[in-house]
Amino acid sequence: MAQYNLNVNGQNRQVDVDSDTPLLWVLRDTLSLVGTKYGCGIAQCGACTVHIDGKAIRSCSTPISAVANQKVTTIEGLSEDGSHPVQQAWIEHDVPQCGYCQAGQIMTAAALISDNKNPSDSDISDAMNGNICRCGTYLRIKAAVKTAAKNA
Amino acid sequence: MTNNKLQSNRRTFIKVSAAAGGGMILGFNILGCKTDPKRPAFVAQQLANPDSWSELNGFLRIGNNGVVTIMNPNPEIGQNVKTSMPMIVAEELDVDWDNVIVEQAGLDTENFSRQLAGGSQSIRHGWDGLRKTGATARHMLVEAAALKLEVPSSELTTKSGIIYHEASGKSISYGDVASAAVDIEVPEEVALKDPKDFTIIGKDTRNVDGFNIAMGKPLFGLDVQREGMLIAMIEHPPSFGMKIASIDDSAARAMPGIKDIITVNVEPEGSEKQWSDVNAFPELVAIVGNSTWQVMKAKKALKVEWERISDAESSSDHETTLSDLVSKAPNEAARKDGNPDSAFASAAQVIEKTYNAPFLAHNTMEPMNFFANVTADRAELEGPIQTPEFLRMTISSVCGIPQENVSIMMTRMGGGFGRRLYGHFGTEAAVISQQIGAPIKLVYTREDDMTQGTYRPAYKVTYKAGLDAAGNLIAFHVRGAGTHGSPVFANRYPAGAVDNYLAENHSKESNISTGAWRAPRSNFIATAEQSFLDEVAEAAGKDPIDFRLALFDRAINKPVGEKNDYDAERYAGVLKLVKEKSGWGTDTPGVHRGVSAYYCHNSYVAQVLDVVMEDGSPRVKKVHCAVDCGIVVNPEGAKNQIEGGIVDGIGHAMYSALTFNNGTPDQNNFHQYRLIRHAEAPESIEVHFVDNGIAPTGLGEPSLPPIGAALANALYKATGTRLYTQPFNTQEPLLG
Ligand code: FES
Ligand code: FES
Repeated sequence: MAQYNLNVNGQNRQVDVDSDTPLLWVLRDTLSLVGTKYGCGIAQCGACTVHIDGKAIRSCSTPISAVANQKVTTIEGLSEDGSHPVQQAWIEHDVPQCGYCQAGQIMTAAALISDNKNPSDSDISDAMNGNICRCGTYLRIKAAVKTAAKNA
Repeated sequence: MTNNKLQSNRRTFIKVSAAAGGGMILGFNILGCKTDPKRPAFVAQQLANPDSWSELNGFLRIGNNGVVTIMNPNPEIGQNVKTSMPMIVAEELDVDWDNVIVEQAGLDTENFSRQLAGGSQSIRHGWDGLRKTGATARHMLVEAAALKLEVPSSELTTKSGIIYHEASGKSISYGDVASAAVDIEVPEEVALKDPKDFTIIGKDTRNVDGFNIAMGKPLFGLDVQREGMLIAMIEHPPSFGMKIASIDDSAARAMPGIKDIITVNVEPEGSEKQWSDVNAFPELVAIVGNSTWQVMKAKKALKVEWERISDAESSSDHETTLSDLVSKAPNEAARKDGNPDSAFASAAQVIEKTYNAPFLAHNTMEPMNFFANVTADRAELEGPIQTPEFLRMTISSVCGIPQENVSIMMTRMGGGFGRRLYGHFGTEAAVISQQIGAPIKLVYTREDDMTQGTYRPAYKVTYKAGLDAAGNLIAFHVRGAGTHGSPVFANRYPAGAVDNYLAENHSKESNISTGAWRAPRSNFIATAEQSFLDEVAEAAGKDPIDFRLALFDRAINKPVGEKNDYDAERYAGVLKLVKEKSGWGTDTPGVHRGVSAYYCHNSYVAQVLDVVMEDGSPRVKKVHCAVDCGIVVNPEGAKNQIEGGIVDGIGHAMYSALTFNNGTPDQNNFHQYRLIRHAEAPESIEVHFVDNGIAPTGLGEPSLPPIGAALANALYKATGTRLYTQPFNTQEPLLG
């Protein structure tokens, strides 16, 4: 076990965990931030996507030792009230079915539109291709990303 | 069609009581039907009244502030019933949807003894009961208003939660009379709205959980956290047909955070099994510790020797046995009309083709998990389960705790697709908690989840069609085989449309566990049948839509046999609609089209799919989809379901397979098991509903089965090769 200082959603947090613990399990088990989901554990599904210094990463495959002193943003920290343009677009387009993959989809989309204000269809599918939606909401996700980019 | 008056007496079980803090509460049975404890709700086809007050499982509260709360006791697996079922109540109650709050019912074994997922049957079975409940409440509020305003109730009208007396200009809100309405007698009979007056039903309504999902709120079983809760994981045999021989847990036990390592048996001698207890690995090793990562690491360090107790089956064995089965006739036909033998002998042309599909895993995005806290005489469970009542019976029997002391709270489910009908993971959680003496959350890794499923079975089917010289279908033969049952539905189309018809079934036992997977059997047979009919139409020199429509004409005008389980007019109706909406018959250069239609789960679907080839790979440009599910309760939610079914169906037909080598699945995570991704989804999907005012039927499944054939038929146009074996990307020419 070792101590790590993290900045999660703007707050400084100290955790005492094994150095190989993936960020995903620190968020979920240690910090009770369960909005970030477990889907595969091997960087194949995107359910665990969070931002580190604004970039989308797979928290299941990022050990805590690689994260210390960087800024982590999770779905809980995207906005306080759901006002982030990606969240708004997700609600407007009624994207979710079961909803389980959507935190990861939203985080990937938020990173995309902060880099690219006017993503084309292929920009969207390139950026989102690592996020599986087993319920098949891909068409709505694409439409919502476009709306979010417009309103960002 | 819709009967606007329904008998509503006390035997229909609407119970009224005063709400704490003012207002009224109506209790009712949300599925409007009795559930048979021996049979799953999704196969219960009969509408019946519940047996006792304890079967009331839905509650409607009208507060004296006018806010209407509808408590939904049923699990939500992504099919959106949590939005659509309350919409039906709100419609007849005549309130603004904005003033309706939908709550998932809490842990409440006193009030809710029948918390069951209805499968694709929820809306169909709930329709009458939900309407009647809303109408009953409205009637009682109106009667209470008549007393208060001292006017005859016949002169009162309602709109958006307000009761009006036009002659005097007086009005009063539902909230103002809610407490008084409790004393009005529950009516024997209530009038229902004319569907043309609907203001909520038929209007796009957003998912009531949409905001919470976008906020990342803890809604799922995996999100459950409790004081003092430990994490448990299981290790199951690596191969079907194996069990534990010996365990060396010395290294794992010594690892940080590990509390205990035990063996558990969820089917001990003398315990009673339910239909839902499908499970190939009743004996497991369980690792219990402080945190998920610590337990995951200890799981890897665990050394278990396994021993073989039944055959090590491989996909090549399944292929051989199923081929063998479809090559010979079973002892008995499932259905026989006319004289198929002599009709085939006299046919000008005979076409015979065989279709194959592999096992599929459900792969819900949220892996199996369950929270359990079992003490000396109580068991408290919380997690994702479609069949909580059956889980409770099993846990009661396995843990030796009376049923009334077992409570199960259902969480929102990160996908179901049939997987969470089989609740062994809930029983495992209970047994682990009982043995350890602590509250635990059982978590499956993705690998655990994928390699111990209740899979979609592997299937094979052979079709044979005989055409006369004019290209008319004069004989039809279908013979199907599958692990744990045949995929053939003997009385479905084209049964009833051909004079000489033969359907035959074979089944092969297997130690690989299988179960319902979104649209069971239909998910395979529709693709096979509709691909075959396309090929037969081509051999007959006919347009594939006209060829199918001619068969429907026959089934409408002079049906063969009496047991045909489809409505040929509605079936033909969706084909005609998709033909019109897709502009069928007008060719666009470079665009290759395939058509398909199927009927299952009481709804009719026809699809036209457009493919273009880009650098040798197919790309689905567009899908036109016509649907007849009767009245569409929530068009936006319905479209979402249909789109999802189409994407799911394309994905599995094109890319997905679970194969076995000596009993071990070859795929254990998404690097090996390919699921459809963003870039492979259709660019657009256009959905058209048939507007016929018929009582609504299910939508969770029906759009999936036909799409595989629409894809195969379009790919044939694009490549000149017919596809007989799923997934298509394994076939020559290599696609995708
Ligand atoms: S859980 Fe991290 S990518 Fe799947
Ligand atoms: S909404 Fe269910 S997995 Fe995406």
